[in-house]
Amino acid sequence: MREIAYQRAGNVEDAVRAGSQPEAAFLAGGTSLVDLMKLEVLNPARVIDVARLDLSRIEVTTGGVRLGATATNSAVAAHVEVRRRFPGLCEALLSGASPQLRNVATVAGNLLQRTRCAYYRDLSTRCNKRSPGAGCAAQEGWTRMHAILGGSDHCIAVHPSDMCVALAALDAAVHVRGPRSERDIPFSDLHLLPGDHPEREFALEPGELITWVFVPATPAAARSRYVKVRDRLSYAFALASCAAGLEIAGGRIQAARIAVGGVATKPWRNPEAERALVGEAPRAEAFRRAAEVALQGARPLRDNGFKVELAKRTVVRALTLSAEGA
Amino acid sequence: MPEDTSTDEGLSRREFLVTGAATVAFAACAGNSPRREGAAAPPPGDPMEITLLLNGERRVLRIDPRTTLLDLLRENLGLTGTKKGCDMGQCGACTVLADGTRIDSCLALAAQYDGRSITTIEGLARDGALHPVQEAFLNEDAFQCGYCTPGQILSCVGFLREGGGGSAAEIREGMSGNLCRCGAYPNIVAAVRSLHGRA
Repeated sequence: MREIAYQRAGNVEDAVRAGSQPEAAFLAGGTSLVDLMKLEVLNPARVIDVARLDLSRIEVTTGGVRLGATATNSAVAAHVEVRRRFPGLCEALLSGASPQLRNVATVAGNLLQRTRCAYYRDLSTRCNKRSPGAGCAAQEGWTRMHAILGGSDHCIAVHPSDMCVALAALDAAVHVRGPRSERDIPFSDLHLLPGDHPEREFALEPGELITWVFVPATPAAARSRYVKVRDRLSYAFALASCAAGLEIAGGRIQAARIAVGGVATKPWRNPEAERALVGEAPRAEAFRRAAEVALQGARPLRDNGFKVELAKRTVVRALTLSAEGA
Repeated sequence: MPEDTSTDEGLSRREFLVTGAATVAFAACAGNSPRREGAAAPPPGDPMEITLLLNGERRVLRIDPRTTLLDLLRENLGLTGTKKGCDMGQCGACTVLADGTRIDSCLALAAQYDGRSITTIEGLARDGALHPVQEAFLNEDAFQCGYCTPGQILSCVGFLREGGGGSAAEIREGMSGNLCRCGAYPNIVAAVRSLHGRA
């Protein structure tokens, strides 16, 4: 790890001011940032510890729940209102990492966690995310874990988060405080597609600090489920995952939410797949058609062709569980 | 160890290893201390002072801000019961309790824990009596080589405090952050199960 200046922010204003300096990074739980600093993949000169700011509350507000930026993954997953209103979010959180990591990993840290692409984490290989313009070793490399959606010639790294897949499906909004103002970012706008600039990962300006995430409570959210398929039963990143929620009345689907994980460069949402379900009876044939639409545009690589069908079946499974309303 | 055995021949393996580790730690510090030359040199990593309530004892420590909690325990303080396995948050050998909650000490800067309580395997026994989780691991023969065992035991203490369930499936999931390469899992599950509802 390179030398750092460590500073604990006393309040949000201080944090934003300190975070606006060059080469500054916010630190909360540390499970992602400290790991990448040790590998010298991320090399901030100043680390601004925001973990003790008054941002860890989980509050029921008008129309939904506000998740404080520094609430831990464990705290969110265990919260009674979160479990009741967003069961799929709880399942997503509990399917991620290990208990030790969830005990310190935070909401905002989860939103900003970096890819697990092996080439990104290995300084001896080329990576456009790490070194813009260097090239992408993954393109000719071992691509079993890489993206089939949202990639470019410059990057095919998968977004690793489970929580973010659920938050994408639930239409969450990310509240940020910047040097001059505060604003809300729709969840689907927070993560950027790699395109020509894989090094630009988030729609955040220098110094902007995530303060909370608002999750709207809807009938579909209350029936949401998360299904994750991986190489082993626990403590592994997704090969394919899906967060899905259905609102059903009179035997027909009134509203649907679908987001797919483990297969794309950001939490993947295709609103057309959701529209295809509205008015349908909640049956396997309709779910399969929606899954086909959800995976539209998939471009399998040499080693990950299996992900296309796997992801479709995962979508069908998540929709089926939501319809059953467990 | 009696004083009269402190000759070269009398050095225990542990003493030898600790001496070796201290030398390595010193060398590593010396290697880091010169400022990086050239462009984009970060500002000096000035040493900082932190206070830990470590195994019940207040410790004021002067550290390089980069120091992980794991390295602080092992290298600076000689508390080598906490193991460094993967050093990247995947094996759980470095599990300690922070304010009673289990965490991986390898992915934490020590500075983050300033003012907080840390419990390592060395601090689990009370007045010479083993902690019930330690007893259970002995009773169920829940280890082979022992390298993962301190982390397994502290993870189990955390799991029970979290109110983790008592079925084999719940125990396996709840303890999944701790790898055992010997494969002592059946007996680890038995040890955790034997404690359920008692801790």
